[in-house]
Amino acid sequence: MNIVIDSAPFDPWKVLSEYQKNMTKLDGQYGATAVFVGTMRDFNEGDNVSEMFLEHYPGMTERHLENICLQATGEYQLMESLVVHRVGAIKPNDPIVLVAVWTAHRKQAFEACREIMEDLKSKAPFWKKEQLNDGENRWVEKNTKGY
Amino acid sequence: MGIHVKFFASMRDLMGDDRDISDEILKEQAINSVDDIWNYCAAGKERSANVLIAVNMGYVDAQTQVKNGDEVAFFPPVTGG
Repeated sequence: MNIVIDSAPFDPWKVLSEYQKNMTKLDGQYGATAVFVGTMRDFNEGDNVSEMFLEHYPGMTERHLENICLQATGEYQLMESLVVHRVGAIKPNDPIVLVAVWTAHRKQAFEACREIMEDLKSKAPFWKKEQLNDGENRWVEKNTKGY
Repeated sequence: MGIHVKFFASMRDLMGDDRDISDEILKEQAINSVDDIWNYCAAGKERSANVLIAVNMGYVDAQTQVKNGDEVAFFPPVTGG
C-alpha cells in the first residue's frame, strides 16, 4: 500500500508502470489491476475554469487514505494498492488523482477501486478552490454523485 | 498546552487563522466540548449544518468532549479527487 500527496505534477501512467514494475514479489500472483485517473476539467457548474487550488489537511488526509486502503485490503483481498493525489495549484488537463488496486480476480479489483475512489471523494479532507476565466475565485462546495 | 483549533478552506475565510486556546481559558470558560470550542471562537457566528469536525484528525460530532492537548478542526464538505 502506498499513499502519495504531492504538489508536483505527475504522469499517472508512468507512475503506475514504474510502481507495478517494482512489485516483483507479486509476480504471477495478481490477475487483475483496476485503475481510476481523475483529471482537471476546464469547466464546472456552467463556468469556464482557468486554474484550481487544492488544499488538504496534512496528517489527517494521509491517515484517512491509509484507512480507506486498509479497509479495502481486508474487504476485497487486495494484494497491493496505490493512491496518488495532487495538491496546490493545478491547471486544466492536469491529472489530480490516481487510484490503482491489484487483486487475483476482476470483481474485487473493480469494486475496490470504485469504493476507494468514492470514499476519497466523500470523506478525505481535500478542498478545491476554482479560479474562473473572469477572475472570480470560489470554493467548490459539492461533488457530483458517483453512483 | 491547551487546544489547537484549525479552520480549512471556506471555514478559514469565515473564521480566520488557526488559534490556540490555553489551558487557563479552557478552565475559566468551562470549555469541554467541540460545541464549546466553536462558541468560544465564533463570536456569535452560526455553524452551518454541513460543517465537518475532526478531533485529533478523526471525524467526530459537535457533542464530542475535548481535553487539553487536543487538535480540533472545522471544515466544509470535502471535494477531492
